Amino acid sequence: MPLCHTEDQTMLADTVRPFLAEQAPVRHMRALRDAGDRTGFSPDLWKRFAELGLNGVLMDEADGGLGLGHVEAGIVLEEIGRNLTPSPFLATAVGAVTMLRGGSTAQRQAWLPRILAGEAVGVLAIDETPRHRPGRIALRAQRVGNGFRLMGEKRFVTHGHVADFLIVAARTAGSCEDEMGVTLFLIESHVANLTVEAERLTDSSLAARLKFDGVEVLKEAVVGEVDRGFDGLTKTLSALRTGASAEMVGVGSGALDMTIGYLKQRKQFGRLIGSFQALQHRAAHLYAEMEVARAAVLKAQELLDCGDAGAEQSVMVAKAMTGMASALAVQEGIQMHGGIGMTDEYDIGFYMKRQRVLSELFGDADYHADHLARLAGY
Amino acid sequence: MSNPERFRQETRAWLDTNCPPEMRQPVRSKDDVVLGGRRAVYKDPAQQLWLDRMAEKGWTAPEWPRSYGGGGLSPEEAKILQSEMGRLGCRNPLSSFSLSTLGPTLLKYGTEEQKREHLPRMARGEIFWCQGYSEPGAGSDLASLATRAEDHGDHFLVNGQKIWTSDADKADWIYCLVRTDTSNKHNGISFLLFDMETPGVSVKPIRLISGYSPFCETFFDNVKVPKKNLVGELNKGWDVAKYLLSHERESLSDLSAGQLSLGQIAKRAVGTEADGRLDDPVLRARIALFEVRALAFRAMSERFVDELKHERAPPHQASVMKYLGTELNKQRHELMMDAEGSDALEWESDRSRGGANARAWLRTKANSIEGGTSEVQLNIIAKRILQLPGA
Repeated sequence: MPLCHTEDQTMLADTVRPFLAEQAPVRHMRALRDAGDRTGFSPDLWKRFAELGLNGVLMDEADGGLGLGHVEAGIVLEEIGRNLTPSPFLATAVGAVTMLRGGSTAQRQAWLPRILAGEAVGVLAIDETPRHRPGRIALRAQRVGNGFRLMGEKRFVTHGHVADFLIVAARTAGSCEDEMGVTLFLIESHVANLTVEAERLTDSSLAARLKFDGVEVLKEAVVGEVDRGFDGLTKTLSALRTGASAEMVGVGSGALDMTIGYLKQRKQFGRLIGSFQALQHRAAHLYAEMEVARAAVLKAQELLDCGDAGAEQSVMVAKAMTGMASALAVQEGIQMHGGIGMTDEYDIGFYMKRQRVLSELFGDADYHADHLARLAGY
Repeated sequence: MSNPERFRQETRAWLDTNCPPEMRQPVRSKDDVVLGGRRAVYKDPAQQLWLDRMAEKGWTAPEWPRSYGGGGLSPEEAKILQSEMGRLGCRNPLSSFSLSTLGPTLLKYGTEEQKREHLPRMARGEIFWCQGYSEPGAGSDLASLATRAEDHGDHFLVNGQKIWTSDADKADWIYCLVRTDTSNKHNGISFLLFDMETPGVSVKPIRLISGYSPFCETFFDNVKVPKKNLVGELNKGWDVAKYLLSHERESLSDLSAGQLSLGQIAKRAVGTEADGRLDDPVLRARIALFEVRALAFRAMSERFVDELKHERAPPHQASVMKYLGTELNKQRHELMMDAEGSDALEWESDRSRGGANARAWLRTKANSIEGGTSEVQLNIIAKRILQLPGA
């Protein structure tokens, strides 16, 4: 498969780009923030995603989806990133849909149609510590009668406070760092003994802290097999990391474009500041870094789509590289904007905040570099 | 069976039959690399055998037309050939820089006679070429070059000096930028080919910080060059030169392919902790973050090749590749020196293969200077891609 977009993929980008630029540009996010919105996204917009079929991008055609892959999902996410659009697309249309591939028929029938229609949000609950450590799952699920009782905490669950269902990684056997003994549970949000606290994050998005204080579920809530959920968790994380990488490419590109635009318009010392070589070289370096990140993401998307064994490694490279490149984009963005870049009125700061959240989500560059080193045996 | 699949199997079988076992060992020293030329030196007869077999097949220049000594392969087939050679660990039979630079340039700009004269001999490794671009007064500002070529009816008379001419002391022929019009900077340059044995050509190697002398000063004193050796139009050599440079930048951009992983090198020198991690956490982290960039850049190289094939590469992307690839290669060698500690400092011992790593480390410092400095590439990106205003 050639490492560039096909004609169909280019066409999809040509549809999605104006759609998001018109329906949900940065001022859409700003308006939600200024209104003190507590949902975290616009349900109307989520419906319009559904009308375009985007929510089913990764669903099989038999399930009513588009039957497309991560390259296509990434096209949508890049535009979400460029416009800083608040949306449950990554969590639900990528995360929950990938996870439901391993779900029971009943689970799939209950949730896929509602996701497709833009009527349901489903999210994964993985993190338990401030730094992403999916290899350490301590939340316990004890067998009780015909089901399980869950005790423990989850955090950094984006859209968790408005989700219709949660997929929770819990420990049914073994100790905290064992891969064996992890079980995934699909839980409706309105269950007894679950406390959900919505926290406003830096980028004005909302993420939940969940407290499971003896939440009881039936054995039908298990996704896949008991004790053997780690594999499904890893696969879903790969999809989510690739998606978050594509979104970061959008955030970084958006910041880069804004900055280049500013260099062509701002005058000092009687000259456009973009004519100063000191700034030209930094902008050119940044462009080169973003191009590397973009290529790394495309590679990961293609390997995931063809089920290649090297996909996991490529995904980690993509997440780490986009983390580094987009961090440079937003940092250089503010510096080159000068004082105006520090004002709330100007959008560049929003890019910096969103980048920071996406970089942390599902593991930052350090996490993935460390993991790659372990895979490479050093 | 589909055609590509059949081609893959036939290629695999042919390589397996024809590639001598010695040529499936990793390259360890400079004399493992075959440059070809009239004065070619073969350390091992297997090198010559492997070159002859591959050249016979046209596979030293897989994508050139068969009539010019190439293999006539499609881009897809060439990719398959490359991957099958990688799979069997086959060495490159002929590491001639001109195959990827002058070759494509002659295919585009050369006359039929020039193509027939030069391409087959290049592909068979019979002629080794050097490049006469830079001059003492024309480095990054290459178009200010001053080597003169005067029109003398049936020939040009060339006078002047080139510098940083790679391997000029080993080269048989040179492709050379000369000034044919002094009144016009860019539109007064022409592209000539001539034999290094022509009377009036002399060469003086330059000793570098690595202790090696890969570059020379090359002097021209009333050198007669037949008119038929002009490539492209008179005074339009800058276009030819730029076309060739973009190919050079492509080939300089992936310098780390097929090298041993830094993590493994460091493990050998530093040792590991009980859990298998490198026993130097700070070095480990630096290597790991470097490897992220190196692997990401590999994806970018792959994308670039695919874009070129599908004619979708953005203009000036070769400058992005050259900038990133050479900067990465320098970092890689810095880390390699760090990883090997004092072992890497030995300059002459057999143990260090004559200081091979230290000399290679020093050699990489030229990567971001030759073929247009990193700063020149950044200028090109800023002005041509980002369209930032001029001063």
